[in-house]
Amino acid sequence: MASRVIKVDALARVEGEGSLHIRLRDGKVQSLQFGIFEPPRFFEAFLKGRDHSEAPDITARICGICPIAYQMGASQAMEDALGVVVPRPIRQLRRLLYCGEWIESHALHVYMLHAPDFLGMADALELARKDRATVEKALRLKKLGNDILETIGGRAIHPVNLRIGGFHSTPPKARVKALAADLRWAIEQSLATIKLVGGFDFPDIERDYTFVALRHPDEYAIHEGRLISNRGMDIPVSSFLDHFDEEHVAHSNALHGFALPDHAAYSVGPLARYNLNHDQLAPLAKQAAAEAGLGPKVGNPFKSIVVRSVEILQVCIDALAIVEDYDEPDRPFVAYQPRAGIGHGCTEAPRGICYHRYELAEDGSIVTARIVPPTAQNQKTIEEDLHEVVTRNLALDDEALKWRCEQAIRNYDPCISCATHFLKLTVDRD
Amino acid sequence: MAVRRKPRLAVFKFSSCDGCQLSLLDCELELLAVADAVEIAYFLEATRREVKGPYDLTLVEGSITTPHDAQRIREVRRISKTLVTIGACATAGGIQALRNFVDVEDFIRAVYARPEFISTLATSTAIAAHVPVDFELRGCPINKVQLLELVNATLNGRKPIVPRHSQCIECKQKGTVCVMVAEGKACLGPVTQAGCGNLCPTCDRGCYGCFGPMETPQTAALARQLTELGLDGRDIKRLFQTYNADAEAFRKESELHG
Ligand code: SF4
Ligand code: SF4
Ligand code: SF4
Repeated sequence: MASRVIKVDALARVEGEGSLHIRLRDGKVQSLQFGIFEPPRFFEAFLKGRDHSEAPDITARICGICPIAYQMGASQAMEDALGVVVPRPIRQLRRLLYCGEWIESHALHVYMLHAPDFLGMADALELARKDRATVEKALRLKKLGNDILETIGGRAIHPVNLRIGGFHSTPPKARVKALAADLRWAIEQSLATIKLVGGFDFPDIERDYTFVALRHPDEYAIHEGRLISNRGMDIPVSSFLDHFDEEHVAHSNALHGFALPDHAAYSVGPLARYNLNHDQLAPLAKQAAAEAGLGPKVGNPFKSIVVRSVEILQVCIDALAIVEDYDEPDRPFVAYQPRAGIGHGCTEAPRGICYHRYELAEDGSIVTARIVPPTAQNQKTIEEDLHEVVTRNLALDDEALKWRCEQAIRNYDPCISCATHFLKLTVDRD
Repeated sequence: MAVRRKPRLAVFKFSSCDGCQLSLLDCELELLAVADAVEIAYFLEATRREVKGPYDLTLVEGSITTPHDAQRIREVRRISKTLVTIGACATAGGIQALRNFVDVEDFIRAVYARPEFISTLATSTAIAAHVPVDFELRGCPINKVQLLELVNATLNGRKPIVPRHSQCIECKQKGTVCVMVAEGKACLGPVTQAGCGNLCPTCDRGCYGCFGPMETPQTAALARQLTELGLDGRDIKRLFQTYNADAEAFRKESELHG
């Protein structure tokens, strides 16, 4: 009886720590576990009894890669509970800030974390030794994302300028306008990125996913919208928990998300957004996607790197429009009185939807908190992808198979710190 | 003639949000220069290449929250010449140290349906509670200018230049209007170590202490001032109990309020 065990005990180039354990017998996957060993940090528990105004900053510390997803999701949920409506100028500034996080996170993932897999390199530094100019441009693109975050948020990681109702202070017009020149350069650079990654070799796999993403009537949704799927779901954010839940499995510290009623896997993130909102991409982004060989529907998870690059272009275009339009809002935030209530918030983190729900007491203290991060939602889908990738690649030796599995996991840009909780891979083939 | 090898840099993660190690990748324009000067020997967030220790400079992010990690940090110390903690998690236990103030079993039951699958310690503790630490960088997250200074200083065998004075001094140096005096906003600046770049006061917001306590902080005097501003015991407790809740000066002050 031929049996193999493949183990990855510490997955590299992902954010956080996870592992993969695969047991093969007679050329079949006998068991496969994608685990997350990030030690639990208990955010939902210690949010109880804190003031509602503290939630954006505290939840940001769930993840240093996508703090905006937490700051904004928490702010929106509180605003929902408190009946606060932010005026358009503040809303636009928030969208611009979020574009910054997408540019930073996507540029980091595309060039530094994922491209090395397609090039057969250990890391981007190896790439820099062969082609320094490309890596320098990638870093400049990433830096632009951080510049936007710093201009509006005061700091790139865990910005300090956000609050419920808007911002502590509004960025001066001249500083915001100064972003325009770099954004014009970034649009050209994203076109070059799409061309570059579009030319990679993609493992041949096509899956029929259940995609879930936000959809907004007027724009490629980032921070507002209804939740929709390619299976006909169309719900307000407040109904999220009626349709999705999480379960706690033995091999992981993360909660695995699933879609009700039948515990099915679903996929969130770039592929989901692209498939559901392709019609809303800017004409230039649609054209660049088509030239890179992407149709309006993409079912190959390895092509997520191209989709991410298309999204960089999209948000550079969006960000430039907001910058050109920007005028300092009259007031940096909307004032309000605390009150009891329940509120929901959901935004598109670079790696997919991130949901928040809070219940507040009369004095604005948090009674209960619930946060469903993107990587937890993708876990089941990642396991299913791995199943397929392993089954199709049994001829590979252990080392090559291991690398291919890592690459498949990185398709999701998993932020394992987010899933509350990194990768260890073990493959058993006795 | 012996070939001089490049100093080896390693980055290890414990319980954290990854934000502090991301600060290294966020050194965008200087990153390639750093990579020219050192061999990045172990840095999982950036590379799948692993060079075995010993390492010349080890950066440690995150706090100790599991029995396994309490073992792992000893091993990391053993193979590290200079060990530096980066950020509030590694230096003071981080936001997850809020568990140190309650019964952790309640926390586990609150978040996980199957508590029996969770292996965790009752506390989240700083790296220095487990092994000797050569230097600590403050912040939640650290400031990348300070990080570059640290790498530079260590490679040149000198002590990094990092100020130990308060955030208030930074306000004075930068000419920032005091938000506590001018607008009555609560600010931890008088007891918080400088180094972030005077961020919150320049955004018209009080400092919330993410760089942790300065040397000999006058926390009691600040608490009196906060009371005069109208904060009650619970507000003051909350203010001291965030990202550096278990740093001694902040912990002690927080326990006097509630
Ligand atoms: S100190 Fe703050 S930014 Fe750094 S790892 Fe901990 S939570 Fe993240
Ligand atoms: S704003 Fe805060 S840090 Fe600045 S001088 Fe006033 S109290 Fe000190
Ligand atoms: S002002 Fe205080 S809370 Fe704000 S970033 Fe600086 S140290 Fe952190």
